[in-house]
Amino acid sequence: MGHTSRERTLWSIGILVVLLYALIPVAWITSLSFKSPEEVGDRKFFSGFSTENYDVVFSDDTFLAALINSIGIAGIATLISIVLAAMAAYATSRLDFTGKALILSGALAVAMFPPISIVGSLFDMWRAIGIYDTWPGLIIPYMTFTLPLAIYTLSAFFREIPWELEQAAQVDGATPFQAFRKIIVPLAAPGVFTAAILVFIFAWNDFIFANTLTSTDNARTVPAALAFFTGASQFEQPIGAIAAASVVVTIPIIIMVLIFQRRIVAGLTAGAVKG
Amino acid sequence: MAQITMEGLTKRYPDGYEAVRDMDLAIEDGEFVILVGPSGCGKSTALRMIAGLEDITEGELRIGDEVVNDRAPKDRDIAMVFQNYALYPHMSVRENMGFALKLRKLDQDEINRKVEEAARILDLEQHLDRKPSQLSGGQRQRVAMGRAIVRDPAAFLMDEPLSNLDAKLRVQMRTEVSRIQQRLGTTTVYVTHDQTEAMTLGDRVAVMRSGMLQQVGSPMELYNDPVNLFVAGFIGSPAMNFMPATVHGDSVTLPIADVRLPQGMREKLGRAEGKQLLAGIRPEDFEDAALTGDARDRGSTFPAKIEVLESLGSELYAHFTVTTDQQIESQELRELAEDVGGGEVPMAGEEGHIVARLDPQSGVRVGQESELWVDAARIHLFDPGDGRNLTIDATGPAATGRGQGPEGRDPAVPPREDERPAEGA
Repeated sequence: MGHTSRERTLWSIGILVVLLYALIPVAWITSLSFKSPEEVGDRKFFSGFSTENYDVVFSDDTFLAALINSIGIAGIATLISIVLAAMAAYATSRLDFTGKALILSGALAVAMFPPISIVGSLFDMWRAIGIYDTWPGLIIPYMTFTLPLAIYTLSAFFREIPWELEQAAQVDGATPFQAFRKIIVPLAAPGVFTAAILVFIFAWNDFIFANTLTSTDNARTVPAALAFFTGASQFEQPIGAIAAASVVVTIPIIIMVLIFQRRIVAGLTAGAVKG
Repeated sequence: MAQITMEGLTKRYPDGYEAVRDMDLAIEDGEFVILVGPSGCGKSTALRMIAGLEDITEGELRIGDEVVNDRAPKDRDIAMVFQNYALYPHMSVRENMGFALKLRKLDQDEINRKVEEAARILDLEQHLDRKPSQLSGGQRQRVAMGRAIVRDPAAFLMDEPLSNLDAKLRVQMRTEVSRIQQRLGTTTVYVTHDQTEAMTLGDRVAVMRSGMLQQVGSPMELYNDPVNLFVAGFIGSPAMNFMPATVHGDSVTLPIADVRLPQGMREKLGRAEGKQLLAGIRPEDFEDAALTGDARDRGSTFPAKIEVLESLGSELYAHFTVTTDQQIESQELRELAEDVGGGEVPMAGEEGHIVARLDPQSGVRVGQESELWVDAARIHLFDPGDGRNLTIDATGPAATGRGQGPEGRDPAVPPREDERPAEGA
């Protein structure tokens, strides 16, 4: 490679700037979450250490219920979205059928609607059919809004897989579905996990649907629950507690990314065909 | 084990392009048949139709006694080796080779036994637990073969399996493929664009061009009696030399000399008197005039100025040029020239390049005017219009492919014994 020391210094400075830009807000929230209510406004980065806020957060039934709702709803939405997207992406990347362009542009059109423009009608519809404030009531819009992204991501990965592999499997005696399940999906694993992370993050972070389509602990997810957060008593500013809750909801995302990142190994297809 | 029969097999794409046209070919049980031709001639498409990876537009395909036109690849009991191997990268060599058996729900012991047996044949035993990415090109190629062998299918289909290997390995694997096929005795269809592979491997070779079968026969038949200009120019390395020719009475006028034709050939040429023809002469049908001995009367001698001499020890190639004032136009030759770099014809006022293979004992020198000899009995004369070889008995299809039928060749001719030309001949 032969980087000069000048190049290295510039790179280091660049990386440092990006890291500071990205991490300072996170560090600030983390620091806030460990402050006692009296220290919250002191404008210092380090001032004492108390886990009081975390005690508040974890003793709050609303928050715990929201955490379970978030994990359940985001998880199920991700699962359904990825399974459907994988099949759709496979079909659009491998088969030539009439209406293919229509389906792809239709999928894109779905993603183009700003959520805020349809959330009102969803509210009415969900109340009419009785899934307002339920898990399905959130899973359905999450799945719908993430499908286009997942389809596009996955079809990019599917297209990279040599078609011969699938034909080899067919000649070897596999049905099209077996070839898909045993050859294509394992090879597209990096793509599947990438899409899964994106879908999960969308569902986990969503506020608009969660806030509008829920009303109780029944289905309210963490981002919505945070808005209703009151802290230990009604007379306190709940800043510290919100900070603690924010840190807590960030952790599952970090864990999720770390787990899947190990599966996103580049070059998994190396050796399939002559390189 | 099974025979494969193609009757009027045609592949037509929606835009009307015909990749394979009306192909008739009967492959006997246990036979090793090569489909050869330049790129785009439809040989791979034909193979993929047998495999079931391409739909058959028209015609009938039988494997064994059953028509399999509409069967899925998995129900045809065939194994295929792909040009780029198509190994499953996420599976070990063992899993790759056992995949088909696992799909058939054989028990694990049985699978292991078969995989290990195939690995022993292919010398892959110590690599069974490695991934394809950890193997060399030659090893990957053997795994691809192994995946076909373990299945013990009705037929092997191979799509240019050696084209990704380097030259040395290719020769080695060529012998290997031949050895395995003989050992297993499984019907094999092998696609290649390399005429040397075709000549050395197959019991029978089917030459294709523009989606049509040109000639099917043993390698020696194709070499000695090509039915048309295309087959003549495609088979053989170095390629056949072409030059304009006219028949007058019992001799033919070539740019190099007037050659007296043998009686038999003269009769076949009956109506070609005075017409502009194309002569084809293989490099080995020339000789140093001083070394012809008793054969001298069979041909004619002519002077030639040797420009380049290539000595390979066992053989000697002499290059010289001829000039002609005859104008000749042949579509096939132009295509040949593009496809395989052969088929150069001297035009009026242009120089034509001729290669002669001489006895290494020859005393010819570069830059010298030497006396060479040409074997009259081995000259081929072609009709430049449709490319037909006028000097053989069989009437094959015209190289142009317009309005020809399957007459003159019997697709069911059983393979001949192992007649093979010397390598590089």
